[in-house]
Amino acid sequence: MGDEPMRAPVSILPLRLEEVSFIAGGRPIVDRVSLELEAGPRTIILGPNGAGKSVLMRLCHGLLAPTSGRIEWAAPERPGERRRQAMVFQRPVMLRRSAIANVEYALGLAGALAVERAQQARAALESVGLAHLAERSARVLSGGEQQRLALARAWALRPEVLFLDEPTASLDPGASVEVERIIQAIRDAGTKIVMCTHNLGQARRLGDEILFLNQGRLAERAPVERFFNAPASAEAQAFIKGELPWT
Amino acid sequence: METILHALRDAGRLMAALDPKLVEIVGLSLKVSLSAVVLATALALPLGAAIAVSKFRGRQTVIVILNALMGLPPVVVGLIVYLLLSRAGPLGAMGLLFTPTAMVIAQTILILPIIAALARQAVEDAWREYQEQLRSLGAGSGRAALTLVWDIRFSLLTAVLAGLGRAAAEVGAVMIVGGNIDGVTRVMTTAIALETSKGDLALALGLGIILVTLVLLLNAAAYMLKEAAQRRYG
Repeated sequence: MGDEPMRAPVSILPLRLEEVSFIAGGRPIVDRVSLELEAGPRTIILGPNGAGKSVLMRLCHGLLAPTSGRIEWAAPERPGERRRQAMVFQRPVMLRRSAIANVEYALGLAGALAVERAQQARAALESVGLAHLAERSARVLSGGEQQRLALARAWALRPEVLFLDEPTASLDPGASVEVERIIQAIRDAGTKIVMCTHNLGQARRLGDEILFLNQGRLAERAPVERFFNAPASAEAQAFIKGELPWT
Repeated sequence: METILHALRDAGRLMAALDPKLVEIVGLSLKVSLSAVVLATALALPLGAAIAVSKFRGRQTVIVILNALMGLPPVVVGLIVYLLLSRAGPLGAMGLLFTPTAMVIAQTILILPIIAALARQAVEDAWREYQEQLRSLGAGSGRAALTLVWDIRFSLLTAVLAGLGRAAAEVGAVMIVGGNIDGVTRVMTTAIALETSKGDLALALGLGIILVTLVLLLNAAAYMLKEAAQRRYG
């Protein structure tokens, strides 16, 4: 996607979380998490089911409000302004319109000029290899194609941060490879990647650092190599041991 | 059997000749029911959508009541509107009883819960699916609502057609508040009731055939619309 990303002067990163908790039904889903996410390294959030990975990501992205604690971007978001972060969900949600119109819709919300939307949307589709399906109705595309379309929609917005919530969990291996390639390309174009996954192989391939969550707590944070070779926490050791046979 | 065949033949003749009396009755029926649908839709879609996306105490009770009101008996609606519009009633001074306007009011009340309840369900399902994605993309609530309603327009149209079918086919409400006055408030259903009791089976049958055809067409249109939309947009 040749042209330079449209960057506002000040980066929204780092993102700082201070003692963030999210309580639902009396149970802490995310429990007093403090951390800072900087521009650059690809951050992978790992943890067993119910560890609070998705909720933590939604808190960061602003889809949920923390029960207590503070979440602060270096450049705070103001309502009505273009969002400088995007998210790709496990199951892509597409509007009942063509593939390209879905990307154009997102660009419209981001305040892109009407005359430029079509061209930007087409460029985004090309970069995920969907240009030939541009006019096809988004909802009749296959699961893998829809997820690539979701990535194109997010990428078209040139976000500074892209959150990915298990983007390949419901895809077959072939489609997963393609999605991983696109995530890599988005990162190479300068976007910070924050992703949660169940797949340890994927975490190794796509990650620079690991945030390991267990029962809502941030149990460990380490560079990928160190996390897998010499995990410091007992929880992480048990998790890696338990998960490895299936990766 | 003889009588029925005779009546059928005469009914066919009436329809083929576009009998003025028949045309007038069908015309008034459509006018009343379509007006009611327009009014009810204008009120019910925002109402259903608002219930779908808002959280408030007693929401479930409201939904249960709304769903139950879908089966509101037309005669009861007629009775209530009659009481409101009758001379001694609170709105009696407006002199609306036994006018087409009164019939429109009654049918609007009758089908408003149907359209609102169906719309509520459709919007709620879609909202559950789209909410996070739309908010993630930065859509404010107004914009999100418009996107949502446009995206499920075919489901909403089906709800509206269901309301129209109900309005066109009911007899109790229009009979009570309209009074079935010849040339003023006589519609298909009330005419069928009257002509049958008078023994004029030809007109009754002719109107019956038109009414059933109309309801059939409405349902077929609703079905095909949804099918086509499903195929086209998934």
